[in-house]
Amino acid sequence: MATSSERSPPPFPDSEDQDVLDAEEVRGRDSDEDEDLFGMTEMDTTPTSDVSMKPPSDIMNDPLIEPMIKADVTVEATIDRSEVTAGVIDPLSQQEAKQTSTAPVIDLSGDSQPVTSKIADPLVALFSDAPPAAEAKKPSSANVDLFDDEEGSDIFAEPLQTKPAKQPQKSLFGEPDEDVFGEPLGAISKKPVPKDKPADIFSQAAASTPSVTSTVNPKTNGVHSEEDGDIFAEATVELSLDSPRNERKKEATAKPSAPAPTSLPAAASLAKPQPPALEEVRDGMNAYMAYKVSTQTTLPMFRNKTFTVRRRFSDFLGLYEKLSEKHGPNGFIVPPPPEKSLLGMTKVKVGKEDSSSTDFVERRRGALERYLQRVVNHPSLLQDPDVREFLEREELPRAVSTQALSGAGFLKMINKATDAVSKMTIKMNESDVWFEEKLQEVESADQQFRKLHALVESLVVHRKELSLNTASFAKSAAMLGSAEDNTALSRALSQLAEVEDKMEQLHQEQAASDTFTFAEMIADYIRLLVGFFPHRKCEFCDLQGSFDHRMKAWQRWQDAQSMLQKKRETEAKLLWANKPDKLQLAKEEIAEWEAKVTQYERDFERVSATVRKEVIRFEREKTKNCKRQVITYLECLLQSQQQLIKYWEAFLPEAKAIA
Amino acid sequence: MTSIDENSKEKLRSVSVDLNHDASLLIDIPDALCERDKVKFTVHTKTTLSSFQKPDFSVPRQHEDFIWLHDTLVETEDYAGLIIPPAPPKPDFDSPRDKMHKLGEGEATMTKEEYTKMKQELEAEYLAVFKKTVQVHEVFLQRLSSHPVLSKDRNFQIFLEYDQDLSVRRKNAKEMFGGFFKNMVKSADEVLISGVKEVDDFFEQEKTFLLDYYSKIKDSTAKAEKMTRAHKNIADDYIHISATLNSLAADDMTANKKNLEKLSDLFEKFRKVEGRVASDQDLKLTELLRYYMRDIQAAKDLLYRRARALADYENSNKALDKARLKSKDIPQAEEHQRQCLQKFDKLSESGKKELTSFKGRRVVAFRKNFIEMAELEIKHAKNSVALLQGCIELLKSN
Repeated sequence: MATSSERSPPPFPDSEDQDVLDAEEVRGRDSDEDEDLFGMTEMDTTPTSDVSMKPPSDIMNDPLIEPMIKADVTVEATIDRSEVTAGVIDPLSQQEAKQTSTAPVIDLSGDSQPVTSKIADPLVALFSDAPPAAEAKKPSSANVDLFDDEEGSDIFAEPLQTKPAKQPQKSLFGEPDEDVFGEPLGAISKKPVPKDKPADIFSQAAASTPSVTSTVNPKTNGVHSEEDGDIFAEATVELSLDSPRNERKKEATAKPSAPAPTSLPAAASLAKPQPPALEEVRDGMNAYMAYKVSTQTTLPMFRNKTFTVRRRFSDFLGLYEKLSEKHGPNGFIVPPPPEKSLLGMTKVKVGKEDSSSTDFVERRRGALERYLQRVVNHPSLLQDPDVREFLEREELPRAVSTQALSGAGFLKMINKATDAVSKMTIKMNESDVWFEEKLQEVESADQQFRKLHALVESLVVHRKELSLNTASFAKSAAMLGSAEDNTALSRALSQLAEVEDKMEQLHQEQAASDTFTFAEMIADYIRLLVGFFPHRKCEFCDLQGSFDHRMKAWQRWQDAQSMLQKKRETEAKLLWANKPDKLQLAKEEIAEWEAKVTQYERDFERVSATVRKEVIRFEREKTKNCKRQVITYLECLLQSQQQLIKYWEAFLPEAKAIA
Repeated sequence: MTSIDENSKEKLRSVSVDLNHDASLLIDIPDALCERDKVKFTVHTKTTLSSFQKPDFSVPRQHEDFIWLHDTLVETEDYAGLIIPPAPPKPDFDSPRDKMHKLGEGEATMTKEEYTKMKQELEAEYLAVFKKTVQVHEVFLQRLSSHPVLSKDRNFQIFLEYDQDLSVRRKNAKEMFGGFFKNMVKSADEVLISGVKEVDDFFEQEKTFLLDYYSKIKDSTAKAEKMTRAHKNIADDYIHISATLNSLAADDMTANKKNLEKLSDLFEKFRKVEGRVASDQDLKLTELLRYYMRDIQAAKDLLYRRARALADYENSNKALDKARLKSKDIPQAEEHQRQCLQKFDKLSESGKKELTSFKGRRVVAFRKNFIEMAELEIKHAKNSVALLQGCIELLKSN
């Protein structure tokens, strides 16, 4: 600029060209995206249909199990009928009945409750909806137990709501699911048809019973390929079964402005989001903030329709711990709570009544509320007994393990995990392009969101500055007005001061909206490491978590494979050395490991399918949530601009009156 | 070469000084050129006055020439009773230059698009500063030309007409000693003079008013500047946010992509509106306050000169008393006393007129700018409302 060549700044070069370019790019991207979406949906449908194909084959294959399933189905059918009378449209419920009937079967083949739990959800709901039926079913629950599965017994035990019943379950849940998988497998492998059996299920799933599948599945498939219904492919089931009764509401007392996610299908179960109200328990440095969690629900699995409990921050962390331990390994995305912040909390504890600590508390309250919303919005997590306990139970045993989460902060931990994940990625030669792409997307989005968050924070800082500066100008203008000796001008100046005073208010409110709506939304996303908008946010850290779990499953599979390889080599050596006694043992070992390899491979595929579904679910919800949040934010901006117009329009005649 | 066309100049004219548009002497600065630290203005004059050789002519002038002209006028005894229009402030391109420098350093952290936008923004800012500079210089000359007495000043006419470099004339005493010495003398004087008892109520009132008003308007100017800058910062934040949203949208493969793009687009438009709010506030409010701050300083200078004349008169009275006591040099002292009184009376009379007209001028200028500012604020806010409504509708319909 200093040199003569810079003298004349070019008049805003090619801004229009850029616009045009942008538009073009947008179009380009759009089409890309469409293709992509389709690609994903296709992929998505495959696993689902797989899953749903399994059951029939199973039914045919396994005479032992079959009657059991039948029993299951009939029970459901009766429940279904009761549902129908309760107002669910007939055909729908029947389809659901079919669908649900597949659920237990999947349970069997998958041997694991969490994977199926999405599909099983309606089941659970059904059972809890109709306690008598469930009770009638009780004897059979023993059978269910055979296969699996804590959840089975859980389901049935739940309606009774006995606390002692819950305690043992918890310990069961605490166990990593490997055991669950390992044992039944081992058992199976000792049976006459050991190795082939699982494989069989799969191969037959693919080929043998297409007709059955087609009758059972058209709905599912259709739903999956459709954009809208898709989001809640699982939730749809839940919705149609539950929605007439399960108007589960969390109701806000403190923040009525919180947007009701009624547009979501899941809103059937969640009508009003509701902030934990605050209550402070002071006891020196042992002081803590207690959050009131009020729940409004029509879900029959709760004892009351409305109830309120007091929870402290560590309880929220404890809930997360429990959930992620249980559901994480299966590829579910467990929403993470906000991170601990020693600094912020200490300030609050010390009792500094400055705006930063109020901000802090409000931010945390909002984050906790969104965290709970996300948990109860998740069809599987909602069914978790710990969630119920958290919402309902008066006294919660003090969470101990969460202490480890304090201090350095959650985000850092997550970062470490991210690093670990990427390291693992290198080891794992990713055969699935979809996952590879997703992981990359997640990582780059994470970076961008962090940047965006920093930017919005600086916007908040600047807005607050503006508010301060406006306030001081307002004061100054008022002073100038008092010094002015022309009456009309003096009046106009003090009017201007008033306008600027109101402006200051507007800026302040806008800064709050920037903070609580915009920045917090992004912070949430970052917490979830994946996304921009709320859902993806939560998914972010969790998404990576679930990728991580998927990789672990893969690792286990690979390890088993190499072990099998070793055993085979040993066998070959033994054969060579001609040691028949040991050979027998070796053969047994090989058989065992072959079974394990198959099992682990299946686990891996199962986890992959779940992760994939979860990711897709999240992306859809993210889009919706993002939109909603953004609209809320923009409406706030809009309001402040409209106020601004009013203020200046009121000022205009004053200015004109100066003579 | 930065040329400013008439239109943009009209729009930019923020400081309205109630100039009686006497067609006999019309001055403008159609062109200016920024070279290193020097700004060369082309001063164009159109006149029907016979005191000029030609009816239409242009001369190149630098900022220092304007200062010279101002100082010369201030020191002319005959103009002691007038408010000498305040000298234009030194062109200051440091702030946009610093920012440009910083931007260059931070280039790596930004996307190309972001950088381009920031650069554009800075260029616009630079251009605005440049235009403002030209404008204050122009206003200074126009106020001189519209003043019945000052427009006849010989030095002023030389300034307008002499087509060679004016710098030969520059080496006069005031400039050699610089402002520092002058200010020292003045403030010492002020202390001295404050002891003088005011004889005229009008001036006593004016003095209190102007002193008070000056400190207030100075404060307001500083605060308004800060406020304007805060607006600018927000506009800059919007640029970055928009760019980041855009790159997020580029990576996003889900349906969210469109939402992000729209949002990015909105912020991009928003920053333009916000930028305009900032620059209009700067022109209509901050510049107004700044100009009248300097104008009030000029009025204060007038009061100071009058106070000095009063002090001189009183001293001459004392001298006359002494002379009478000693019966020595009485006629000389009488003559001196008479001159001082005459000078003081003349100064008081024209000062009163000047101050009264100054008051009227100020009120008119404030009125005009306030109205324009309110209208612009409404216009921008309405723009924002339309943008927001459009975006919300788009999002909702999707």
